[in-house]
Amino acid sequence: MDATKFQSLPPEELRKKLLQPDEITGSEILLRCLLLEGVECVFGYPGGAVLYIYDAMHDNPDFYHLLTRHEQGAIHAADGYARSTGKVGVCIATSGPGATNLVTGIATAYMDSVPLVVITGNVATSAIGTDAFQEADITGITLPITKHNYLVRDVNDLPRIIREAFYIASTGRKGPVLIDIPKDVSAQVTKFHYPENVYIRGYNPTVHPNKMQVNRLVKAIKEAKKPVILAGGGVVYSGAHEELIQFAEKARIPTITTLLGLGGFPSGNDLWLGMPGMHGTYTANKALQQCDLLISVGARFDDRVTMNVAGFAPNAKIAHIDVDPAEIGKVVKTEIPCVGDVKEVLTLVNEKVEPADSEEWIRTLMEMKEQYPLRYNDSDEVLKPQYVIEMIYETTKGEAIVTTDVGQHQMWAAHYYKFNHPRSWITSGGLGTMGFGFPSAIGAQIGNPDRLVVSINGDGGMQMCAQELAICAIHNIPVKIVVINNQVLGMVRQWQEIIYDNRFSHIDLSGSPDFVKLAEAYGVKGLRATTKEEARQAWEEALETNGPVLVEFVVPKEENVYPMIKAGDTLDDMLMGDEQNE
Amino acid sequence: MNERRHTISVLVNNQPGVMQRVSGLFARRAFNIESITVGESEEKGLSRIVIVTKGDNKTIEQISKQLYKLIDVIKVVDLTDSPMVDRELALIKVNADPSQRAEILGVVETFRAAVVDISPTTMIVQVVGDTRKIEAMVELLHPYGIRELSRTGVTAMMRGV
Repeated sequence: MDATKFQSLPPEELRKKLLQPDEITGSEILLRCLLLEGVECVFGYPGGAVLYIYDAMHDNPDFYHLLTRHEQGAIHAADGYARSTGKVGVCIATSGPGATNLVTGIATAYMDSVPLVVITGNVATSAIGTDAFQEADITGITLPITKHNYLVRDVNDLPRIIREAFYIASTGRKGPVLIDIPKDVSAQVTKFHYPENVYIRGYNPTVHPNKMQVNRLVKAIKEAKKPVILAGGGVVYSGAHEELIQFAEKARIPTITTLLGLGGFPSGNDLWLGMPGMHGTYTANKALQQCDLLISVGARFDDRVTMNVAGFAPNAKIAHIDVDPAEIGKVVKTEIPCVGDVKEVLTLVNEKVEPADSEEWIRTLMEMKEQYPLRYNDSDEVLKPQYVIEMIYETTKGEAIVTTDVGQHQMWAAHYYKFNHPRSWITSGGLGTMGFGFPSAIGAQIGNPDRLVVSINGDGGMQMCAQELAICAIHNIPVKIVVINNQVLGMVRQWQEIIYDNRFSHIDLSGSPDFVKLAEAYGVKGLRATTKEEARQAWEEALETNGPVLVEFVVPKEENVYPMIKAGDTLDDMLMGDEQNE
Repeated sequence: MNERRHTISVLVNNQPGVMQRVSGLFARRAFNIESITVGESEEKGLSRIVIVTKGDNKTIEQISKQLYKLIDVIKVVDLTDSPMVDRELALIKVNADPSQRAEILGVVETFRAAVVDISPTTMIVQVVGDTRKIEAMVELLHPYGIRELSRTGVTAMMRGV
């Protein structure tokens, strides 16, 4: 991997060089501004409208660009980089189809509040609006899926816009910002001036909480007998995992982590109850239904968490800590709103909080956790997907960065890989984007060259961005790619079995390529396992291999994810998977 | 749910596409728009958008919060429960034979409206007022036959300082 040697000069010296007020093109301004923002790696794909930008990259020893094989691969890689490092991810695509190929990735990042700066080229300003070749109104298209976007009309605005874009993307509730640069703007020459300060009149995120609300929360905790914390992605994004542990332990509050919150609270902590919602643990869901005080920390009451909102947490007083005021009261009625950065709020709360009267409640939940653990029917004849995840967890000691695609394998990974660190779990939660799992792992590996990155995919999603195997091979990016192959769209199959009366419609993925040969065709080592023994051997070999490896685990298609709650039901209505046996 | 009409004044950066950002937000989040008007404000570079919408308190709160999330939005004020002046202008082209002109002029004068165009068979009536006044005027002119109706939508401002 060569991503770490991207800069030819030490930072201070480079910075001085970059800040020179030279007469340069818009393209050079772009590259300088990206470097000044500390961008290590840009994922992208060239084309007509960005030729000046790519020309400026040529022979630029300071700028590191990774050529993917599809724009979607580029943006998911930038996303994985951002989620795993906490830095802003950057990608570039050309106008028209290049830009529209980014749309799924932008929406993915927007739904999960991931900081990205997305650069697109556009046709020359004089041609905008004429239906020119490869013209698309990408600022119009991405209006509802970006935190903000810009169409640059004057090269002199470019430094300010880039600075603003990074600031907006990475502060408050984070999110993707798109900058659309017409071709002529990227060619225009002007004297470079870098604005050190950013001032955006209409943008001033509330970071510091209202002290009165914090005091109300502290009081409510003291009075609570059955409190519970619902910790979401906001904990991870604000770097508040230490504060959360302190909060839960000091206030004696059992803690649930949402899908995006996994790793935000150590799974090894006794107070951890698992994940809530449609495929949540029994104890987490029961705790939500029975609690008298629900403290949401950087979580947004997604419908996959609350299920039927009318029947959600019926006895609970709700407190909500979130940096985005619009999330408070959006889904559930909130008694105690705490708008602010999660870390700031928790720091303040921790100074004052006293333990809740919760020991009996904790005991009840601990017994429940013991009585209703996550479980599956293991087998010695066939390889179970859950077994594969458990094996990956054990052999990596829970220390890997795990990315997933979307579907059954995603839920199994969430269930059976136990996270103890933030930014180690990368998954498309809000949008549920298939094709995300593998390219996001490439970005995570670029951002974390010293960590083991495992990408867990299904046989469906793996085929949505498989082309990026090429860049793993070319740059020796040592991602361990797992394909849980059940020859079927498993989650769709599960729904069709349980809700649509076994009417299996268009879920058969037989005829997929031989994944081992597919990997080998790209120059990546490929391994296959169909039994437990083969699984252990293949996985061990993968871990010992210095470079990318794809391991295909062939599993039965009938396996379902449990617990499961059907749409429209409440968190009390869990299917545990053993109903037919009762 | 207690749905009510609200008049919301939004100060925005006068940027290309800002109306699209605001109206797109309403469409995307299924908020209702009864009318929307925009024009320059007292400050150079800023425009004021006035939106009349309908919703319960929770919806109106969401509208305000979601508007604030737009980077180009500087300030959002719900004028509904404040003393305010709200006005719109309507142009009404009504059938008016010479024999009917005097009668129509009588209606127009009572409303302190104005006739701004007369042709051999029609008149254009211009009326300014709050929505109720406009609607009353339209209703009174209806029997003569309204050929064309064009309304600006509501603009509004808080009274006093």
